[in-house]
Amino acid sequence: MVETILNLIVQGVLIGGLYALFALGLSLSLGVMRFVNIAHGDMIVLFSFVLLSLTGVLGWSPFLVALILLPVAFGLGWLLQRFLLQRTVGKGILPILLVTFGLSIIIQNGLLEAYGPNTRKLSGGAIELAALRLGPIDVGVYPLLVFLLAVALIAGLDAFLYRTAIGARIRAVADDPAAADLIGLTSARIYPVAMGVVGITMLVAASCMSVWTNFDPSIGPSRLLAAFEAVVLGGLGSLWGTLIGGVIIGVAQNFGSQIDASWQILAQHLVFLVALVFRPQGLFARS
Amino acid sequence: MSTPMLLGARAILAAGVLACLAGPWLFDANSLTVLTEFFIVVTLALMWNLLAGYADIISVGQQGFVGVGAYAFFGFTALLHMSVWAAVPLAALTTLLIAVPVMAVIFRLRTAYLAVGTWVAADVLMLIAGKLPGFGGGSGTSLPIPVVKQFGARLGDRIDMFYALSLGLALIAFLATWALLRSRIGLGLTAMRDNEEAAGSSGVDLVRTRILCFLWTAPFLGLAGVMTALEKLRVAPTASFNITDWTIDIIFIVVIGGIGSLEGPILGAILFFLLRQWLADFGAWYLILLGVISIGVILFEPKGLWGACRRWGFPDILPAGHAPGPGAPERVAGPDAQEAPAARTVG
Repeated sequence: MVETILNLIVQGVLIGGLYALFALGLSLSLGVMRFVNIAHGDMIVLFSFVLLSLTGVLGWSPFLVALILLPVAFGLGWLLQRFLLQRTVGKGILPILLVTFGLSIIIQNGLLEAYGPNTRKLSGGAIELAALRLGPIDVGVYPLLVFLLAVALIAGLDAFLYRTAIGARIRAVADDPAAADLIGLTSARIYPVAMGVVGITMLVAASCMSVWTNFDPSIGPSRLLAAFEAVVLGGLGSLWGTLIGGVIIGVAQNFGSQIDASWQILAQHLVFLVALVFRPQGLFARS
Repeated sequence: MSTPMLLGARAILAAGVLACLAGPWLFDANSLTVLTEFFIVVTLALMWNLLAGYADIISVGQQGFVGVGAYAFFGFTALLHMSVWAAVPLAALTTLLIAVPVMAVIFRLRTAYLAVGTWVAADVLMLIAGKLPGFGGGSGTSLPIPVVKQFGARLGDRIDMFYALSLGLALIAFLATWALLRSRIGLGLTAMRDNEEAAGSSGVDLVRTRILCFLWTAPFLGLAGVMTALEKLRVAPTASFNITDWTIDIIFIVVIGGIGSLEGPILGAILFFLLRQWLADFGAWYLILLGVISIGVILFEPKGLWGACRRWGFPDILPAGHAPGPGAPERVAGPDAQEAPAARTVG
């Protein structure tokens, strides 16, 4: 009994690493550009399908392909912000929500037309099956590596935002776009860079997800909701909080899944809503 | 701004309403079924527009209350064996009662966060509906034949009755929302639409107005849900709480037709039904096309088709505002402040 519960918690924590990867980009776009990208989950799924096609053609490991694609992901994020989303800056929340909403529908249905509704999965090689015996429980090497990657990515992003010159500029525009504009830091220059970084986190999340779980063109919204809940649970503006939020979501899902598949999602949502009632600012909100 | 043009537009509108009222005598069964669906969509579009266009609440979870209405109707009739005529208002009341706690929780979020919050809430309602005993679980269940027969013994009678009910719903939803917008509260809503900060500092109670609007839409969404259950003759989590049919299509309709006006949602719904007939064979492509069009509209004509009409000097057929009295300062633009800077909401 104790072993079962311990096992559920450990596996849930590890899945939480994957959710944190989904949520990092969303946390960044909320923190810097102050909008929710409704197409966030769909863009991750889009990257997964790109990896599917390229690994099929090249025959390489999806992780190698993802590594090579990192600059492309940055470029796509940059272009998206520079030429589409930037047009809605300063016009309130409605236009940007509706543009990303339209984008979400276009990506979902475009993928449906291109790849069909079947579920897919990428092969990560022998590492997928490897496991470590830690006391009474088995821990998959791959989930553990994804969790460590999430920790490393958060540490890297934290260092990027707080230790580099470009990070300081991003934070300046995030804190006060008008004042930053006065000293020559225009949102038109800074936001695309931030969105490029978001693109990189999306590609990393996509490569980890496509090896770990099945995916199909319709799963974007559920990934968006999980990412969103992780960000709000953790507290806005706190990347480490987002990791904790992802872990809470993962553990809740794991306990729910003991009953059935719909309880898996229901448990995730209910934990989020209860947390919202008692701590709307999130667990680790930065004031 | 020409009066003949306005009179002409109102004459067309009046003729359209009269034709709809005489529908059962004018149209065949097929057209009546399509129109029944059209009136449901118009009701949903009016409600989404009231929230997004005026109260600054962007709902991606409207399907939640549609589904609650459908499930409540099924529960009162099929499980509790009540008369359908008692079940319809009770379904509206149930939706309102469920909307109160939903609002209390998700209104802790604001702006973009609230949008995703409505989505989470709708997902929760759908998953709970799939767990309720007696409602057929995840695959849903059909309305019992005795329940359906209360609307008419013959199929033709039932088609007429469903048509009349959904037409009545759309008319009541429209007239009630129009009355709301022309009331004192509506004046505040129009001010919020044009500039939220200015409205707040002029004494509009933003929070209370938002709460009122959110709860206002719930019974209408629930009644639309009853109509969807009657149209499909069954309830099921994926159909009754369908995000594509009850929210995504609706968002496209309002955005393309014209957000923040009463004419826009109706114009958008008419366009949507015409477009759908032509593009029915193209599957996912028609949603892609709608997505592209709506992004174009938001970027280049944010107030949609009706906004463009207003800019060309076309007067509102159904003005939600009040005409300035004699001696009021001359206005250059249309009947509402098109040039007012969009509200900038932060955080």
